[in-house]
Amino acid sequence: MRDLEIDVKGQMLKVKEDGNGPPLLFLHGAGGSNWSPMLKALAEKHRVIAPEHPGFGRSKTPDWMMSVGDLAFFYLDAMEVMGLDKVHLAGHSLGGWTAAEIAIRNTSRLKTVTLLAPAGCRSDAVPFGDIFLWDAVTTTRNQFYDQKLAEERIKLLPQADLDIVLQNKATVARLAWSPRLHNPQLSYWLHRIDKPTQIIWGRDDKIVPFDCHKAFVEKIKGVKLVALPQSGHSLHTERPKETADAMIGFCKEHQ
Amino acid sequence: MKFYFFHLMPYGKVSMADLDKHDTAWLTLPNELYDPVEGSKLYKRYIGELELADELGFDGICVNEHHQTAYGIMPAPNLIAASLARTTKRAKICVLGRALPLVNNPVAIAEEFAMLDNLSDGRLITGFVRGIGTEYYASASNPSLSHARHYEAIDLILRAWTEPGPFRFTGRHFEFDYVNIWPRPVQKPHPPVWIPSQGSTETVDWCAHPSRKYTYLQTFSPLATAKKGFDRYREVARSHGYEATPDQLGWALPMYVAETDAQAHDEAREHAERFFNKFLHYPLEARLPPGYTSVAGTKALIESKFKLRQSYQTFEALLEMGMIVVGSPKTVRETILARQKDLGFGHLISMLQIATQPAEQTERSLRLFATQVIPYLKG
Repeated sequence: MRDLEIDVKGQMLKVKEDGNGPPLLFLHGAGGSNWSPMLKALAEKHRVIAPEHPGFGRSKTPDWMMSVGDLAFFYLDAMEVMGLDKVHLAGHSLGGWTAAEIAIRNTSRLKTVTLLAPAGCRSDAVPFGDIFLWDAVTTTRNQFYDQKLAEERIKLLPQADLDIVLQNKATVARLAWSPRLHNPQLSYWLHRIDKPTQIIWGRDDKIVPFDCHKAFVEKIKGVKLVALPQSGHSLHTERPKETADAMIGFCKEHQ
Repeated sequence: MKFYFFHLMPYGKVSMADLDKHDTAWLTLPNELYDPVEGSKLYKRYIGELELADELGFDGICVNEHHQTAYGIMPAPNLIAASLARTTKRAKICVLGRALPLVNNPVAIAEEFAMLDNLSDGRLITGFVRGIGTEYYASASNPSLSHARHYEAIDLILRAWTEPGPFRFTGRHFEFDYVNIWPRPVQKPHPPVWIPSQGSTETVDWCAHPSRKYTYLQTFSPLATAKKGFDRYREVARSHGYEATPDQLGWALPMYVAETDAQAHDEAREHAERFFNKFLHYPLEARLPPGYTSVAGTKALIESKFKLRQSYQTFEALLEMGMIVVGSPKTVRETILARQKDLGFGHLISMLQIATQPAEQTERSLRLFATQVIPYLKG
């Protein structure tokens, strides 16, 4: 595992990197960066590059970052600075939304796009989970289908670093408070994604409901949908193997 | 010292069992529990109590803004203020305050306040607040931009009141090519600005700045916190090379007066306990949406005030901490005098109607306060 700090045109970016193989850039969700079991599995086949978004962890929310679109432009810069080319882009939740916003802007450095339970498009039928109003225990329960796993996680909550939790939440609020967890304009531009795209979603997602997949499926040409039964929102923790296998297979198919 | 009567206009008809069942009086308490017949009566009663305070010689009568809550049914305080501007002749009319970050057009607030200043012949005192946490959920306003929008809105409103229009305003959050309000306010250079707060040092420092000298209003705070806030205001003023006057400091808290201490305690106990434990109760996440205060500030609140709020506060504890003043006229005036000596405030904002307190008690308390407390402390 390599811990890097990269100067992206004046903005410091912390990156964790591990593994060898085709590069895979993974963008984390609202909960912040962590080297999940899924990333561990991916690093067996890929050079996994997992940055921590500006405004998360111990960094301040930058003034320039007012929307997920801004974050997308930042990652286009970051890919250029890191010399990433022919990269497999993936992201979960808020990171999946960010990946979609990157891909509607410019796919020239991308090989494939994988969106894991991406936020970004609203379902009028099923609301997003209220990750801001829920307390930590409720949020944890609602991240998983498997409630035994949730209970294990709940036991770990008191150990969480409050500074990081609060900073992450403040940045998520900056980006996604209103419109809540989506960009009403995104679906108008999803047709611009012209690289092989895969969407992986838990059918029992209580944070970004499965019903949200419709906008992506309808607008992205040739998109592949993987719907996982008995799975919640935190696919990287609850379904690390299935998710990693689907990603590795998809990348291989389009290498 | 000047004396004000501050009405929060609670929906006192809500049952405590319902507040317990929903664990809060805010945001998610179903509005089926609001009975418009009862509510209409309450509005008239409460406006009558404010009008009575004017007749009884209070220096000011005060209203404020809250949304989607039984705590106070005044989402549009300027409506009440407009009514009071016509039915009262003497008292200052204080709107403490409007929640600026929740609106997208602060110019409309400048206009409304200017109207009220005209309607009341220059009796308006304005207040600017950020709104409480739950109101960011209720309004969809982004809490992480709350501070920035608040200060920018105040800047815009003050300029709209004082600068010849039309002028152009180019802020980060608000942008207007034509700011040119009709009417302009009556008071020169502009209506007084009061800032209610629970003691954030950032707010105190900002109010005390020589370019503002806004009256800082300490609300719902233990005595020790209030003292800290007022002392800091005076220190900051001195660091800028001037002495803060008592006129720049106000203290707002629930009060109740009856013939004897024992009677006052008996009558106020359940209402005061309900006020702090039921009407002012909300879960942490509702109270502190992300970014509403700094990470350090949020952490400090979680540690201190929130813990306090989460544990049941008995009437005796509230008295002990100085969160309320309750007693006979003699006790109340002695307490106020002692606190005033200690804290140095020039405005006492009494909340003489507490939560579910009925009309008869409220009126009696108001009259006793006006006839047997204020005259002894005036001047």
